[in-house]
Amino acid sequence: MDWIEVCTAPFSVAVEYASLQAANSADGACALFVGSVRDFNAGNDVEALTLEHYPGMTEKSLQHIVIDARKRWPLGRVKLIHRVGRMQVNDEIVFVGVTSAHRKAAFSACQYIMDRLKTEAPLWKQERVRLANGNSEEHWVKARDSDTRELEKWA
Amino acid sequence: MVKVLFFAHLRQQLGTDKIHLENFVGTITKLRDTLCTEHPQWLAYLGGDSIRVAVNQEVVDDTSLITAGDEVAFFPPVTGG
Repeated sequence: MDWIEVCTAPFSVAVEYASLQAANSADGACALFVGSVRDFNAGNDVEALTLEHYPGMTEKSLQHIVIDARKRWPLGRVKLIHRVGRMQVNDEIVFVGVTSAHRKAAFSACQYIMDRLKTEAPLWKQERVRLANGNSEEHWVKARDSDTRELEKWA
Repeated sequence: MVKVLFFAHLRQQLGTDKIHLENFVGTITKLRDTLCTEHPQWLAYLGGDSIRVAVNQEVVDDTSLITAGDEVAFFPPVTGG
């Protein structure tokens, strides 16, 4: 079973974990990843974050990624949640939860899904940063070469 | 009619989030050329090879053919997650 959601509301890791495990006696392993808003990025003091996305395509892109993960590993349940809109420091942005009979598939698929998401899913971060003079400015976060390189291990 | 969408900093650079083109048929390359001919100041932003393109919400390359009713989107490298 796949749950894929793009939403503005915060999610609860505890609630999502419980739903992955409820009445799931076939799977002995569950791997989770949670990404949050950091307060410091590339030398900048981050005050807030805005996540823009391409409604419709974001969901499709995440679905493709989960389908591909299932082709590679025997997975039970997969839950993928990505928040969009305005967020504060420490807010949770993304949740990936994967169950499988044994741990190798769950660990690998969880990392694979994040590595693909970081380079493919149509979402863009805009940070509001506090400058040395006390003013704030908005700027778009740059894509990282390191994220593209992380994909190489799945080739 | 073809709908063309622009996202993130590309949208800010071009000054619009969408345009409609009547009677456009051709490849993505031809679409880029058409848009930059009509808006020469867009060449600096839309001409770059880091800009990605999707047709009907699937990523494609510049050789892809577009026809009436298609939704095209141009966007910078993604930064989700």
